[in-house]
Amino acid sequence: MSNKTFRGGVHPEGYKEISKTQPVEVFLPKGDMVYPLNQHIGKPAKPVVKKGDKVLAGQLIAEADGFVSANIVSSCSGTVKAIEERYVASGAKAMSIVIENDGEFTLAPGIGEERDPEGLSNEEILDAIQMAGIVGMGGAGFPARVKLAPKDPDSIEYIIANGSECEPYITCDDQLMQKEAHAIVGAIKLLMQLFPNAVGVVAIEDNKPDAIATMQGVCNNEKGISVLPVKAKYPEGGERSLIGVVTGRQLRFGQLPAELGCVVCNVSTLNAIYRAACKNEPLMERLFTVSGDAVANPRTMSVKIGTSCAELLEAAGGIKSGCEAVKVLSGGPMMGIAMPSLDVPVCKNNNAMTVMSKDEVALAEKKMTACIRCGRCGHVCPLGLVPQMMAEAAERGDYERYEKKLYGLDCIACGTCTYICPAKRPLMQLFKQTKAAIMAAKRR
Amino acid sequence: MLSFMPIIIATASVAVIGLLIGLLLIVVGNKFKVEVDERVAAVRECLPGNNCGGCGFAGCDALAEAIAAGKAPVNACPVGGAPVGEKVGRIMGVSAEEKERLIAFVRCSGDCETVIRKSNYVGIKDCASAVGSGLNPWGCDHGCLGLGTCASVCPFGAIKVDKGVAHVDRDKCMACGKCVAACPKHLIELVPESAQYAVQCASRDRGPAVKKVCSAGCIGCKLCTKQCEFEAITVENNIAHIDYSKCTGCGKCAEKCPAKIIRSKAERM
Repeated sequence: MSNKTFRGGVHPEGYKEISKTQPVEVFLPKGDMVYPLNQHIGKPAKPVVKKGDKVLAGQLIAEADGFVSANIVSSCSGTVKAIEERYVASGAKAMSIVIENDGEFTLAPGIGEERDPEGLSNEEILDAIQMAGIVGMGGAGFPARVKLAPKDPDSIEYIIANGSECEPYITCDDQLMQKEAHAIVGAIKLLMQLFPNAVGVVAIEDNKPDAIATMQGVCNNEKGISVLPVKAKYPEGGERSLIGVVTGRQLRFGQLPAELGCVVCNVSTLNAIYRAACKNEPLMERLFTVSGDAVANPRTMSVKIGTSCAELLEAAGGIKSGCEAVKVLSGGPMMGIAMPSLDVPVCKNNNAMTVMSKDEVALAEKKMTACIRCGRCGHVCPLGLVPQMMAEAAERGDYERYEKKLYGLDCIACGTCTYICPAKRPLMQLFKQTKAAIMAAKRR
Repeated sequence: MLSFMPIIIATASVAVIGLLIGLLLIVVGNKFKVEVDERVAAVRECLPGNNCGGCGFAGCDALAEAIAAGKAPVNACPVGGAPVGEKVGRIMGVSAEEKERLIAFVRCSGDCETVIRKSNYVGIKDCASAVGSGLNPWGCDHGCLGLGTCASVCPFGAIKVDKGVAHVDRDKCMACGKCVAACPKHLIELVPESAQYAVQCASRDRGPAVKKVCSAGCIGCKLCTKQCEFEAITVENNIAHIDYSKCTGCGKCAEKCPAKIIRSKAERM
């Protein structure tokens, strides 16, 4: 029998092998480090350092401002050069702390102290997560402290470690599971302490046999933690799809995973949680894939948060000779957003950078025709939305219908409809824009 | 034998009922008569009928009613301008105040030749979409995106995008203000027709940053403020602005402007 999966979805070419073969190396940046204050969902953090201050690696430089917010920790030692607006990957400018890196990476006192995971109380675990400034590292950037404090911890029945990594080109979670399997399982055990009635499930797409084998090897001795290979299909890693696959429960629109007794965490987040709780190590680095058909030496590296993307591209061998880079994406080709410049920092929730030698969107735009109402978009939508009707309502400006009748605000912008559309219509782009317009009107 | 009586009775009774109802309607109609201001129809006749909404009312009918009710000035229609104001004034029996015609003005002149391009923009050809996506193909964060949202909302076809920047046709513009509301960069303002000089830049960046990306940008050097004898020009947030009520149109500021972005009427075309 084939592995479990969800309804809908598409099968884009994976291109994972090109960055998977290289071993993971630690990359130490030389240039200035930039820490945007809004690397998470919620209120931007408040800086606690000022220009000219000396900081050490692991030192708190900005603290959470309010409940839904997260701390930011310096990942290098050096001097605070400025607190100013800098470009981030989305092309917008964001208030950022800029640190002149001294290249020493001197750790602040106390970082790296081993702690016994058995002896930690629930409060200690949550405090460690809060202090470390951990956010959802799969992409959303939701503060982990908030996610792990649902109203009723006893109602949580599933802790789902999301290692499906369905986005093409990206291999950082795959490599992380092979490298840090013990840490990931350790973190699941910590979460099982927070949620006493829960079982742990590590969901991995079946195109990563090495990661499945490694995780299975570690999980075999653990009670209540299992590995679930799931079918390789995009977007298997979407929270809604994955909950359906693992538990058989379908999240209704507007429902949160906790209401169905689920907590879904990316494996990178779990790794960070383990290191924060058991090694007293705040979120300073993450695995990051630099890949794409225009990169000379595609690879996954362990990078310090705040490193400039330009340095990372250089570390990956730069642009392939005889190749012209046309488009740089923050993330993968399905959900990634085009970067206007390489001079932007890696944030906590950025997992990859993809450099392409041709711009598929621009090519598709030339071939765009009117909608032929074939209904394929509705067929592949993992949420069961009807993109064709949503696009019609959005183009007409009928936001009422878009929101209330077609549930357009629940679109996760996975791009599946746009991928499959034979008329090459920019559906996902339109939905993203419409969603932003509706949200802006609501705030007003 | 056939009897015609039932038919005659039925016809007669219907006729009598009809007559009674008719009389009743006349009486009621007189009693509950609604006074219609015939000036509304007359004023409506004078208005251009574009229903552009530039006056702030929901179309020409609504404006005609507001004028007749005295809730709007007789020259409230920005499209019709002075001639329509005068006509409406005659109907209403008041003289229209002299109101100057306004013209939309794009506070940016950065085109393909003057501004550097950072990246290509691929996607929905709409300025609001581009701003929403966070991508800006131009080096300058404040300037015109050139995707033509203003041109698409203009009911008079007065705006066209040339070489990546919007231009307003001074003759066609009726100052309805739709483009002003549509521009996500807030670059368009309504300027009096007689205004001789205007600053064609909106960059709030500092001088060196502007120079790096655009050769037609205000660098906030304040040379113009020193030239002006009438205190009509001020520099705030690194951008010069002319107070059109004080400006006499001497042109000294434009002469001195190192970036040549203070432009005369003719140059603004």
